[in-house]
Amino acid sequence: MDLSIRALAVWRRNFLVWRKLALPSILGNLADPMIYLFGLGYGLGGLLPQVGGTSYIAFLAAGTVCASTMNAASFEALYSAFSRLHVQKTWEAIMNAPVSLDDVVAGELLWAASKATLSGAAILLVIALLGLTHGMQALWVLPLIFLTGLAFAALGLCVTAVAPSYDFFMYYFTLFVTPMTLLSGVFFPLDQLPAAMQVAAQALPLTHAVGLARPLLLGQVPTDVFGHIAVLTIITVAAFATAVSLARRRLLK
Amino acid sequence: MVPLKVDALRKSYGGHQVVAGISFALQRGECYGLLGPNGAGKTTTLRCCLGLTAPDSGSITLVDEPVPARAREARMRVGVVPQFDNLDPDFSCAENLLVYGRYFGMADTAIRTRIPQLLEFAGLAGKEDTSIRILSGGMKRRLTLARALVNDPDLLILDEPTTGLDPQARHLIWERLKRLIADGKTILLTTHFMDEAERLCGRLAIMDAGRIMVEGAPRELIKSQIEPQVVEVYGEDAPGWAQAEAGAFARRCEVSGETAFCYVDDAAPLLDHLAARPQLATLHRPANLEDVFLKLTGRDLRD
Ligand SMILES: Nc1ncnc2c1ncn2[C@@H]1O[C@H](COP(=O)(O)OP(=O)(O)OP(=O)(O)O)[C@@H](O)[C@H]1O
Ligand SMILES: [Mg+2]
Repeated sequence: MDLSIRALAVWRRNFLVWRKLALPSILGNLADPMIYLFGLGYGLGGLLPQVGGTSYIAFLAAGTVCASTMNAASFEALYSAFSRLHVQKTWEAIMNAPVSLDDVVAGELLWAASKATLSGAAILLVIALLGLTHGMQALWVLPLIFLTGLAFAALGLCVTAVAPSYDFFMYYFTLFVTPMTLLSGVFFPLDQLPAAMQVAAQALPLTHAVGLARPLLLGQVPTDVFGHIAVLTIITVAAFATAVSLARRRLLK
Repeated sequence: MVPLKVDALRKSYGGHQVVAGISFALQRGECYGLLGPNGAGKTTTLRCCLGLTAPDSGSITLVDEPVPARAREARMRVGVVPQFDNLDPDFSCAENLLVYGRYFGMADTAIRTRIPQLLEFAGLAGKEDTSIRILSGGMKRRLTLARALVNDPDLLILDEPTTGLDPQARHLIWERLKRLIADGKTILLTTHFMDEAERLCGRLAIMDAGRIMVEGAPRELIKSQIEPQVVEVYGEDAPGWAQAEAGAFARRCEVSGETAFCYVDDAAPLLDHLAARPQLATLHRPANLEDVFLKLTGRDLRD
């Protein structure tokens, strides 16, 4: 790896673009998860007595925060990063300066995770205002969603590094992101799944994000903290290393 | 300081040698040209020099640093104008320079104090807040040149800086590049324009198929590589005439479409001969760099 502090200049480049459209961007990112939260939370929740020992909307809150963090990180690392890599050739322009490709990918990773964190935090705020959190321990969700953002940004950048066009990303969403949303305990407790699928769900990064976020928001003490964090960290590191080597193959050959 | 020294550089893609063992070196303060038809390997050579692709073999020293080992350190002191514009479309002119300066680790205040003079140099004074999206091609190219100067580099690497520009914009860029040379910068430039190379380059190399065919000062190449006079003969009958009669007057005669290019040491006998053939139009001129280029690389299309 050829990493340096210059990665932050790449982060700042993206931040400067985002700052121009910050408010619409935040509001836009909020709309979709809010519809899920209210629609399912109240609509479906009205039919359910209790889920996991709490109201359905309180159960759903943690899943919504994590899923929208995942979505925000994925969109940024796929569509936005791809337009900079492929359409605008911004990565190539940057690499003519004393910035390595590894720095560029790291800058993109940190940026997508930052944007995802902001997205998740905005939903967290709404949830807190609705009285669906329990005390200050909800703030521990912030570092958790940053780590979640890193994991999904790194996975997304692997796909971006090999993508021939925007169409390619549809496969990633339909084959990976959407099934994961349904199988990671976002909408219903994992123990509702057949035993084999419960085991498989443990391999999904979103499962581990939700596994930590839910007790934190419900005022419970999370279990297996180290295990969840380890999985998300390992995925981040392995996917980032993969993304860098795929990007090198694409741009430095 | 050694601005750039390339030794026995080779690079192939999929078994095809794109750069096939080239060596050249730039002297401090000179403008050196790399000329060659499409696909000759110019851009690939530049990418190797910048450490953006690993050569198969050979050695490169860029502003005193070995490349690719210390390419990042070398690029601190190099400015690059890439073949295709890649300005940041999300930004204004000033923001493009600001953001680019940050990639060199420059402080915002240091960049901001340079921005007015850089824009002035690029003929874009007062365009700080103008969006890239509404700039003309010439303005974009000039801003790209300004961007390459943001770090006050010792060496500039320019890949076809004036391709696609109108004569006015081209002349402005030439004038600016001459100013940079007068200021002591070293320049490596690729171009398809022979007049550009003749005007700007102290020395140049003509490449074809990954090899350097000749190297030298433009005037010397014209003197040493080709006959001094050219008579161009036009008209429907020109190819037939060239076939039958040109050999008696010209050492070399090349036909392209309906034009015959006759290369001669003394044009007088040929011009007398042609004066009696009014159906053939003629143009008599001294040989130039384009004649050298075509002689060495041929008249066939490359792609
Ligand atoms: N990344 C790559 N992968 C495969 N082939 C490549 C790659 N880059 C360049 N080539 C091939 O190498 C040859 C030389 O390309 P290069 O861009 O260096 O030529 P050039 O002299 O700059 O041409 P032009 O005047 O058209 O810009 C071309 O045949 C090109 O197709
Ligand atoms: Mg080229």
